[in-house]
Amino acid sequence: MNPPKRIALFVTCLVDQIMPEIGVATVKILRRAGYEVDFPQAQTCCGQPFFNSGFHAEAARLAKRTIEILEPYEAVVLPSGSCTAMIRAEYPHLLEHEPEWHERAKRVGGKTFELSEFLVRSDKVISDEVKSDEVKRNHSSLITYHDSCHMCRLLGLRAEPREALTNAGCEIVEMTESDRCCGFGGLFSMRMPEVSRAMTEDKLRRARETGAEVLITADPGCLMQMRRVSESANQQIANQQTANQQLTINNYPLTIKHLAIVLEELTR
Amino acid sequence: MTASITQFRHSAFIAIKDVRLQTALENATGRFRDARAAALAELPDAEEMRDHLKTIRANTIANLAEHLETFERNAIANGSQVHWARDALEAQQIVIEIAKAHGVTLAAKSKSMATEEIHLNHVLQEAGITPIETDLGEWIVQLAEEPPSHIIAPAIHKTKEQVAELFTREAGRVIPADIPTLTAEARRMLREKFLAAGMGISGGNLGVAETGSLVLVTNEGNGRMVTSLPPVHVAVMGIEKIAPTWDEATVWLSLLARSATGQPLSIYTSIITGPARPHPGPLPGGEGRGEGRDPDGPREVHIILLDNGRSKLIGTTYEEVLQCIRCGACLNVCPVYREAGGHAYGSPYSGPIGAVISPLLFGLEEYAALPQASSLCGACKDVCPVRIDLPRMLVELRGEEVQRGLLPWWEAAAERGAAAVMGNETLMKVAMGFGRMGQGLVGKDLPKLAKKSFRKMWEEGDIGY
Repeated sequence: MNPPKRIALFVTCLVDQIMPEIGVATVKILRRAGYEVDFPQAQTCCGQPFFNSGFHAEAARLAKRTIEILEPYEAVVLPSGSCTAMIRAEYPHLLEHEPEWHERAKRVGGKTFELSEFLVRSDKVISDEVKSDEVKRNHSSLITYHDSCHMCRLLGLRAEPREALTNAGCEIVEMTESDRCCGFGGLFSMRMPEVSRAMTEDKLRRARETGAEVLITADPGCLMQMRRVSESANQQIANQQTANQQLTINNYPLTIKHLAIVLEELTR
Repeated sequence: MTASITQFRHSAFIAIKDVRLQTALENATGRFRDARAAALAELPDAEEMRDHLKTIRANTIANLAEHLETFERNAIANGSQVHWARDALEAQQIVIEIAKAHGVTLAAKSKSMATEEIHLNHVLQEAGITPIETDLGEWIVQLAEEPPSHIIAPAIHKTKEQVAELFTREAGRVIPADIPTLTAEARRMLREKFLAAGMGISGGNLGVAETGSLVLVTNEGNGRMVTSLPPVHVAVMGIEKIAPTWDEATVWLSLLARSATGQPLSIYTSIITGPARPHPGPLPGGEGRGEGRDPDGPREVHIILLDNGRSKLIGTTYEEVLQCIRCGACLNVCPVYREAGGHAYGSPYSGPIGAVISPLLFGLEEYAALPQASSLCGACKDVCPVRIDLPRMLVELRGEEVQRGLLPWWEAAAERGAAAVMGNETLMKVAMGFGRMGQGLVGKDLPKLAKKSFRKMWEEGDIGY
């Protein structure tokens, strides 16, 4: 891929409104890699929540709007696998009955990238001095990576996030069924909260079984869901600790971070 | 049976809190999942084979009427009797009529999802005919008076201890929770039923049009007993389960057991091509046996081709779902199924495939929860031997629910409102501003908005390097 100079950040709703630090980290990483980052301020939501819950007319309006906003840029980068999948994989579907829009959707989709994918493909992920920086590598923690569903299945991005993390000095220990859904699923987590929570608990158990201290994901939705469930679990663990109970493999505080945050920390 | 959101949540909640069920479900689905992966990895061309089967299934469904007529013609030529059932009621009536004509009081059944779909056991009982399930898993759920909870492993939610309790009750003496003992007991108790049954009822994994043959796939041999010991055999098969020729059937069978249980082939693959043949010479076992026919095999074979909502899917956006070969692989990887269990779906067909075909065959109003019972993770599509795009169909069905007004009005209003706000950045900023002011007042379960949004930080230029 010919590295573009000026790129658009599509920050996603969850990052914009709930976890802006992920957006900040993304901008810093991209700037350090030598890109000029623009934030088109008209951007709102890619439409995925509406598309997934069956409001297809509403989703199509947001899709067209987003296409118009992103069209002028050479490349678009998102700190979210699932919003990237919406733009790249679902927009052309959603607009397939409108030939002109379908074409425009495909063109925008072709230059839209998830963050780690963009970094790895443009080979600008992390400078070589960082790669060989043994000191940094030794100080980095043992991490485990959660494959978010749309990122790994719709976009096929499994190796890229791992490569970006490893290049930055992370040591990855794989959990079982790393691509098993975390239970978020957007509105699913509100419609079926009991099932959703049980799925998240399963995911967190698998992450803990690796012994890793940090669980990393490239999707803000998964992050929010896993943190929410993990916080109450961590609280229980803290209570048990005060009661002098032993920590077990399934029972220690887990830190959950977005990939952008980790990459930013390791490339300072 | 129905599945509203409330029903699904309630049933799933009970399953989630049931530690024994969770252990049984997680272990069994995990084993199937791993075995499938290993069995496909053994093939040098598994992916090409899946593509090939997909093409076969798509082409067959595209010319289904023609293949069904060929099947009927050849089945009749073999001496089978073919019946067409438009819906569950017609299929039930055909079975009952055949049973009445032969004075049947006991019917031995081999595992069949089609008969589950038409609630045949219930109807048989009402007509004074006792149905006995002879597939071990089906028999367990029959004893427990429960519906099956998995397409190929009906009792997947039961532990061996629970099975021992059921068998103890049935046998009237204590039977220990030891698997070889349990299967030996089942074998002993069921063997009597095969011999006493006046009718055998089976499903059909597939029908092969060029020879009019019915193919049954089992691991316990009970399918062969059901279709050879009783004097009458009745098979109920969905109209979509047709392979035009044996070449196609071979590809189908190569992927069926691999996808289902990870076996290269199931232990028994029974091919039934008509009833017992006429026997020219004297029969072993003396005069009068077999009425001039082979001593083995039923006198009559009836094949009921069940539509029950299938044909109306042809030509729609859901036609692809008719390609399903009912292997159950999608259930074993579905994170929702693996927590909620099969019963939450309120349908004989559970998991991702059930979430799509139950509303399509039995009504979206009745099964409104099922398209919602998915995080759209896509694991089902990944393992489907014919790569059915189930996530896409779930989204389509959600769209239909919106169009038919099946969502609560306030939910639809909220979604449309949110979409309108998101359609304009100024509106969005205003709405989020109100959100920041008001978020202390609403539930703590909602995600907390950041003090300062990213766009605000960007505007203020304080991001840095």
